[in-house]
Amino acid sequence: MNLSSRKFIVGLIFLVIGVLFIARLFTVQVLDDKYKLDSDSNVMREITQYPARGLIYDRNGELLVYNEAAYDLMVIPKQVKEIDTLALCTLLEIEKDVFLEKFNKAKKYSRYKASTFLKEISSISYANIQEQLFQYPGFFVQTRTLRKYPRNSAAHILGYIGEVNQNTIEKKPYYKSGDYIGKSGLEYSYEELLRGTRGVKRVLVDVHNREKGSYKDGEADTMAVTGSVIKTTLDIVLQEYGERLMQNKKGSIVAIEPKTGEILALVSAPNYDPNMLVGRAVGKNYPILSKDSLNPLFNRALMAKYPPGSIFKTVQAMIGLEQGVISENSSFACNKSLVGCHNHPTATSVAASVKMSCNPYYYHVYKRILQQRRVKSIFKDSELGLAIWSEQVKKFGFGQRLETDLPSIKSGYVPDVAFYNKWYGEGRWAFSTIYSLSIGQGEMGVIPLQMANLSATIANKGFYYVPHFVKNIEKSDTVPKKFTTKNKVGISEKHFETVIDGMYGVVYESGGTARRARIHDSIVVCGKTGTAQNPHGEDHSVFIAFAPRENPKIAVAVYVENAGGGGTWAAPIASLMIEQYLTDSIATRNLIKEKRILDANLLNVIPKK
Amino acid sequence: MRNYKNIFSNIDWPTVLLYLALVLIGWVNIYAAVYNEDHHSIFDISQRYGKQLMWIVLGLIIAFVILLVDSHFFTSFAIPIYLAVLLSLLLVLVFGVKINGATSWFQFGSFKIQPSEFAKFATSLALAKYLSAININMKDVKTKVMAALIIGLPAVFILLQNDTGSTLVYAAFIFVLYREGLSGNILLFGILAILIFVLTLIFGPVEIILVTTFSYIIIYSMLKYSAKTALIAVLVFSGLVYGFYSFELSNIILYATIGIGLIGLFIFLVAQKEMKGKGVHYVGVLIFVLTCAYVFSIDFAFNKVLKEHQRTRITVLLGEEDKLIEQIEGLKLKRDERGISKEDKQSIRDDIGAKRFSLRELRQGNGWNIKQSLIAIGSGGFAGKGFLEGTQTKFDFVPEQSTDFIFCTIGEEWGFIGTFVLMCIYIGLFLRLLYLAERQRSIFSRVYGYAVASILFFHFLINIGMTIGLAPVIGIPLPFISYGGSSLWSFTILLFIFIKLDSERLLVLR
Repeated sequence: MNLSSRKFIVGLIFLVIGVLFIARLFTVQVLDDKYKLDSDSNVMREITQYPARGLIYDRNGELLVYNEAAYDLMVIPKQVKEIDTLALCTLLEIEKDVFLEKFNKAKKYSRYKASTFLKEISSISYANIQEQLFQYPGFFVQTRTLRKYPRNSAAHILGYIGEVNQNTIEKKPYYKSGDYIGKSGLEYSYEELLRGTRGVKRVLVDVHNREKGSYKDGEADTMAVTGSVIKTTLDIVLQEYGERLMQNKKGSIVAIEPKTGEILALVSAPNYDPNMLVGRAVGKNYPILSKDSLNPLFNRALMAKYPPGSIFKTVQAMIGLEQGVISENSSFACNKSLVGCHNHPTATSVAASVKMSCNPYYYHVYKRILQQRRVKSIFKDSELGLAIWSEQVKKFGFGQRLETDLPSIKSGYVPDVAFYNKWYGEGRWAFSTIYSLSIGQGEMGVIPLQMANLSATIANKGFYYVPHFVKNIEKSDTVPKKFTTKNKVGISEKHFETVIDGMYGVVYESGGTARRARIHDSIVVCGKTGTAQNPHGEDHSVFIAFAPRENPKIAVAVYVENAGGGGTWAAPIASLMIEQYLTDSIATRNLIKEKRILDANLLNVIPKK
Repeated sequence: MRNYKNIFSNIDWPTVLLYLALVLIGWVNIYAAVYNEDHHSIFDISQRYGKQLMWIVLGLIIAFVILLVDSHFFTSFAIPIYLAVLLSLLLVLVFGVKINGATSWFQFGSFKIQPSEFAKFATSLALAKYLSAININMKDVKTKVMAALIIGLPAVFILLQNDTGSTLVYAAFIFVLYREGLSGNILLFGILAILIFVLTLIFGPVEIILVTTFSYIIIYSMLKYSAKTALIAVLVFSGLVYGFYSFELSNIILYATIGIGLIGLFIFLVAQKEMKGKGVHYVGVLIFVLTCAYVFSIDFAFNKVLKEHQRTRITVLLGEEDKLIEQIEGLKLKRDERGISKEDKQSIRDDIGAKRFSLRELRQGNGWNIKQSLIAIGSGGFAGKGFLEGTQTKFDFVPEQSTDFIFCTIGEEWGFIGTFVLMCIYIGLFLRLLYLAERQRSIFSRVYGYAVASILFFHFLINIGMTIGLAPVIGIPLPFISYGGSSLWSFTILLFIFIKLDSERLLVLR
């Protein structure tokens, strides 16, 4: 072979390689999109814009919750170079060994990514530190918002927020680690409205994660949308008053506006200052609160189940009247051998029986409701009667979960045929087995919210609106339909009037069990006392009421644990609440009553023998 | 009589222009690669782009000086220059400083110089001198050994400096020797060896032995009929293999089978021609045995001799990262299947963990560089992102942006248009140099010319190949473009000696 023709071989090799490279470059640069996308992801970072959480107001425009800026000191270890550590420690007011510990922790997390160095420094510290921070590269301040409660009350209603946990993140993909979410109260119920929508800012970063400018000049950025403002039905002045009245006592107060179902106040005692469960303080305070034997975190108004006691007689009376087994002038002797009672003249009408709260009277009423002589066997008869009775009681909102806009509401319990069949065996029980239900004792359980709802139903003479907190949501016109639907209980108005007569008598007539519920002559209060038996100690004091009698504006239920007779404690508390709401003051003559209530400490009452 | 007009009138201006174009491209792209807003002037000496200008200017002065020197200087002093450089290579082992793991630099104050850069043209001169002597024939064993020595000594010394990249450059001289008469079979042999090397690493020694065995058997038996039949048989066999494997393995095995077959075929044909009669059979068996030994030795050397970071360079190239990612995805699917026992799930989890660990190691090693390099180049698209607008470059995602990976900046900012133009300039330069070398009257000049073309080509091959993922990460500069005084000057000297030789070619007596 002619050696010089080898030049072609060598040249060919050069050419082939060149073509190969060009082909490869063509593939990589022009044909394949993958690298373009990868270059974007290398270089682009998304910075989340957190929206401000929605504010909450009371019915009169008083601010209940707002957001306060909190400042976290962040650090990116790689960027920290040549700083005067001692000076920084003095500025931050921490010891050098603490500083080193925190710094090492940040380094272990990542040299390039920011991590929290100091959480929630006060705004005063922030001002001082911010001025000097330029001397310490690698450190910067990140603002967050925390909830602040200017009124220090309504903790159970408002609830609190906390960091979202892993389970929730998996179920609700909107949330990311580090987000806040409402955990209880209205913060929980209206989480989706309050949280707003996150925005995103896209920035360019270099290989060390340093921000270098806006991606595509901010074209792809989205604005954060602040959370909706919620106006609640709460009357914060009334609420605070209720909380004061209930200090050093256990129990609850629920106040509703009957013609709308709007909740004016919801007190659970003992309670706590909502500012205790904010930000850094949660870690310290939550264990204290949850271990407290008096259960301040427990919302008694929604979750404490009690047997209703004598206030239930109102329901029994109305069912009896509606069923036609009694008339408004039915009379029964106070036969204490049937069931115990206090001394009083014979009740010769329904109204009187309500006024004097006669137990044997209702023994008879209930017997007639249950055993209406439709069949011969009393067992079968009771079954039929109980079925009708359970059905009717539930229509009042008992034994079911009221759809109020708060989480964790108990439904209480109304026993029915199935229950007793299981308990005693079918055909083995009759009225005489379950007669304690006649006076609101036995296997029934109600929560204070349901009691207040009963009061509202009576005030309305036959229907109720589901009690609720939401009055108005910013950017939306209507309140949810379920809150504006009239729920009729299926008992005629005139029977209500009969019972209301009795409730009037409770307060104003002799023999009435709650004279302490009087306010003054210009306001007519109707109420019913209850004394719920407590096998573990002193009886519970219960009172439901509404006022004024004509065109009622407020319906109230008060429940005080271990306080003895309903008329002694619950009734005066109810009347003070009503007076405060209707007149925005307490009349002089009632101040002694008020003082007595405020001074009372019923937490450690010695049980009666 | 020497006057300036004469000196410059015979210079090959196309080559000089190509040189200037590359130098300018280099300077501008170094500016883009390490652009610092605080020092935005391209003439800023404190930055690399300002410094590069200094090197360029000095380089031009050196070039000028070389053009002034009589070409006989180079032919006469080839050997002394070579020996001096060889000495410096030894001395640097003793007196030099270690930079980036290689003891290759002399340092005088802040001034650094790398003798291995100068060894390139020194060896070229020495080789040219040797091969231009009377009675030299590449077919002689003595010639082959001497040539190997001239090339090998500097290579070994550089290897001792721990600079594997620069050592590898000496493989370029094979083109020179080939042109001067070295058997082409050696070239083919080389290609076959590389092919088998790569395939063994991808598929494992056993598979490759099987493939080669079958290839050889077929070729051997088919040779009884004719070379054409053997060729067809190889293609058919390859097709069958491909069909059998196509669902699992990539096209590589198809090409591999064809490639091995073809090359084996050529070797057999050559052997047949050289040795008539029974000898052919022995050659056949010998070749087969040697192949097996070679395949196993590859496996051994790879796993037991090479260091971890060197292994990763190669495995990364072979797509290990993508393979691992695919495997992890597959395992994740398996893990999430219903009805899987707890132990199985746990062992799958362990598997995923181990693979993720390997992946991380891979990425932290050189896999990262290649990936970033490809991303930078690939994201340039057809027309590039624009001067100074390369995001990957701007934000330092590619390491060694102004030196080994300078091509990434070009790719990202000038796109396919830019890279295509650059390819054309380089290939143009190489082919021009070949053309010039062929028109030389003296063997010295021709050999030297081929050496220049080959060395430049080799740098081009490895450097750019590395950035586009076709060659392992070996740090050698891109001629005239990468930042650095030493490399720029040594390439300039290398080139301009040849330009000078070429300009005086007509003065050579036949």
